[in-house]
Amino acid sequence: MPTFQQFPLPDAGEGLTEAEIVEWHVAVGDRVEVNQTIVEIETAKSLVDLPSPWAGVVSQILVQPGTTVDVGTPIIEIDTDPEGAPSASDGSASEGSAPDGSASESSVSADEPATTTGAVRHVGGAERHRGVEPGGADEIEAARAAEVSPESSPAGASAHHVKRAAAGLGGSSPQWAAAGLKAGVATTSGGAAVEVRAPDAGSSSGSESGAVLVGYGLADAGATRRPRATGTPRALAKPPVRKLARELGVDLDSVTPTGPGGIVTREDVLARSAQAEGRTLATYPGDDQPWLASGTVSGDGRQTRVPVKSVRKRTAEAMVTSAFTAPHVTVFHTVDVTRTMRLVERLRADREFADVRVTPLLIAAKALMLAIRRHPEINAAWDEAAQEIVYKHYVNLGIAAATPRGLVVPNVKDAHRLGLLDLAQGLADLTATARAGRTSPADMSDGTITITNVGVFGIDTGTPILNPGEAAILAFGAIREQPWVHKGKIRVRHVTQLALSFDHRLVDGELGARVLADVAAVLHEPAQALVWG
Amino acid sequence: MSHTADDLRTDAQAGPLTTDGLVQLLDPDGNRVPHPQYDERVAHLDADALRALYRDMVLVRRFDVEATALQRQGELALFAQALGQEAAQVGSGRALAAQDHVFPSYREHGVAHTRGVELTDVLRLFRGVDHGGWDPTAHGFHLYTLVIGSHALHATGYAMGVQRDGAVGTGDPQRDTAVVAYFGDGATSQGDVSEGLVFAAVNQAPVVFFCQNNQWAISEPTTLQARVPIADRAPGFGIPSVRVDGNDVLASYAVTAEALERARSGGGPTFIEAFTYRMGAHTTSDDPSRYRPAEQEEYWRRRDPIDRLRAHLEQTRELPQEFVDALAAEADALGEHIRTTVRAMGRPSPASMFEHVYATPHSVVDAERAWFQQYEASFLEGHGQHGEGSAR
Repeated sequence: MPTFQQFPLPDAGEGLTEAEIVEWHVAVGDRVEVNQTIVEIETAKSLVDLPSPWAGVVSQILVQPGTTVDVGTPIIEIDTDPEGAPSASDGSASEGSAPDGSASESSVSADEPATTTGAVRHVGGAERHRGVEPGGADEIEAARAAEVSPESSPAGASAHHVKRAAAGLGGSSPQWAAAGLKAGVATTSGGAAVEVRAPDAGSSSGSESGAVLVGYGLADAGATRRPRATGTPRALAKPPVRKLARELGVDLDSVTPTGPGGIVTREDVLARSAQAEGRTLATYPGDDQPWLASGTVSGDGRQTRVPVKSVRKRTAEAMVTSAFTAPHVTVFHTVDVTRTMRLVERLRADREFADVRVTPLLIAAKALMLAIRRHPEINAAWDEAAQEIVYKHYVNLGIAAATPRGLVVPNVKDAHRLGLLDLAQGLADLTATARAGRTSPADMSDGTITITNVGVFGIDTGTPILNPGEAAILAFGAIREQPWVHKGKIRVRHVTQLALSFDHRLVDGELGARVLADVAAVLHEPAQALVWG
Repeated sequence: MSHTADDLRTDAQAGPLTTDGLVQLLDPDGNRVPHPQYDERVAHLDADALRALYRDMVLVRRFDVEATALQRQGELALFAQALGQEAAQVGSGRALAAQDHVFPSYREHGVAHTRGVELTDVLRLFRGVDHGGWDPTAHGFHLYTLVIGSHALHATGYAMGVQRDGAVGTGDPQRDTAVVAYFGDGATSQGDVSEGLVFAAVNQAPVVFFCQNNQWAISEPTTLQARVPIADRAPGFGIPSVRVDGNDVLASYAVTAEALERARSGGGPTFIEAFTYRMGAHTTSDDPSRYRPAEQEEYWRRRDPIDRLRAHLEQTRELPQEFVDALAAEADALGEHIRTTVRAMGRPSPASMFEHVYATPHSVVDAERAWFQQYEASFLEGHGQHGEGSAR
């Protein structure tokens, strides 16, 4: 019979307590081999690939990418015996159940719009209730509603549907019972498989409850005890809290306990209840808003709260640190870059540059290098602790890059030593790595100055915030054809705006202005580079 | 003042990373290179012997791969790979005699294998269920030493004991004994290694200092450990030294055989620097991509010690397909054995903590053991009654 194993998040370093799931390399239904890389995680130390401990078929992905979980949390479930025949008891109870896990899951989703995981959990929840507190449809419906967590139901619609389905259970809804049968198996976190039967009306419920009630006495000696989820013992709660949970339709097992000794408190139940309500998102169906995926929808359905983590969290911390420690001053310069555009065109046709992408940004980067060479004091940092200004004799040129995981600022190491071709290659490598989400901490550390290319979004200019530890940041605006006075006449010229923010503690207005004027001079007339180069 | 990249390049050519003076019998393409001094040391190794060395290295690497995966699966707390150092370890290990005694650091899985240690026993330590894992006397292979370099002193002391037992220079090949301390380039910066060299030299102890210079002490390159080749230090203590291509299993065997012979015959200590490369991370807690360039790893991947011997065997047409297939099957079986054995490792019995405190019976330990066993037994009985009651 299918054997489900759950893989708990290991400690990939020494004494790490949590990690973020970055990317799954497998999906539900995929066959995996022993030691096949299944997932990439990010610990406080590094990105780590995790190999599968078992061969089999992926039956559940338990943690979604972008989520940080504690070491020991099950992250994936694998059926290590997918070809195994169903057990005898399972066979007798299952009309039309498919022989292997994946097929039975698909049959569930065909009958029921609820997601696969929702359906399986649902059966598990009902089963639990059946064993512990034999009751009518009300409890099962309550369990049902609580079991459908926001992660597993993509929209409120399915939750509604599930409620209806559960309500239909009333006496013994054959349709629902069939769905339960087809789900077939629910798992325990201990790794053992538990066969789940649909609650077939009356008789079974009676005998099961009897078995549980007499479970301490000799009368039960011959009875087969239902295997219990060893890893998740029954939730601890006082009777009034249990009553409240029942009234609110909250499954106690789904509540995160905060009381002493892991007891579920009244507040915990109320919080879980509030969480489970009002799930309908006030957006149009089919809206593609992946950043909402990990959020919680408010009661009225008009807001979603998304936890701040990962790159977003680091970005926020860096921006606050920078904005509120370094007094920022920004200077602007509008410049005719027509000659730079001609140079870009010429380089694009140059065979030596055939393999790299030549952009105005490249020339701007080179112009900034030249300006730094003439004014090396701009390439510095303020060391508050030591009360010193650190002048850097190298330029690690940061490029602000928008990536699927948020803003990152990797830098081209020793950019001051690179010729135009190498600089182009460096920029290309860095952006490609960033877009692929593979920027390493080393790529982002020790930057000395940064360019933010706001022009790619069609923006004229802005007042950028310094990358912490740097004294200046250059914003490169959109290049537009504009009327411009050129040699005494109004001509159509390529014009852009440059902005330079700098740390006024160590950079005076004069120095900042001179640096920006130099960058502009090179972009206006690239031949100036010959004079200064 | 800071080093520029150019400075470092100069260091690499003249400093501790030079390849000048490395003993080599197989070049990186697998060609046999003649050597006037060491050819005779490997003359008796026929094709069967070379295949056996190849098998050793392949199995040790498989062990490495499986153990690393088990760490990533949460079955081991930590693991230190020997990846890339198989030739230095297997070559030197196979030169040892049964009565010789080895003091390893924590990465010597290849040597452990040649000493007949069940490799899964090595993982008892890394799983955290044992402080050791095997009987050092039975294998002539001491327990792993995690403290960097301290066992250079233990090895020297053991070798001085061998001298006092009169097991040196008797001319009896079954009796004369050598001791080997295995350590890395980083350990040579530790005082203990220098102290070991001092005592070994002045006592002419039968000990071989086998330094695997894998070029990285965690994230610290050899260029920050030394200005000259590490082997150059030993003559200052009065100890002859030799540099060997550590990715050449034959050369590693040859220089070790010579050093062991010197030790056993009463000729005193030798320092061997096996120049190799740590192809993996320092341990599973380390991420080398943070401090060393991918190009360097790629350069050494092309100098893989296993590829080198395979190329040689293929060129001499001594690697039949049946052998390759059988070895692959053996490696797969080893992988499976490692996985199942490690997952089944239970906790050691609490009483085992009394077992290795003293080499000989000790009345105080005996009394403490007796008290502890009584205490444990009383607890278990009480617990048993309680458990029975609540279960029914």
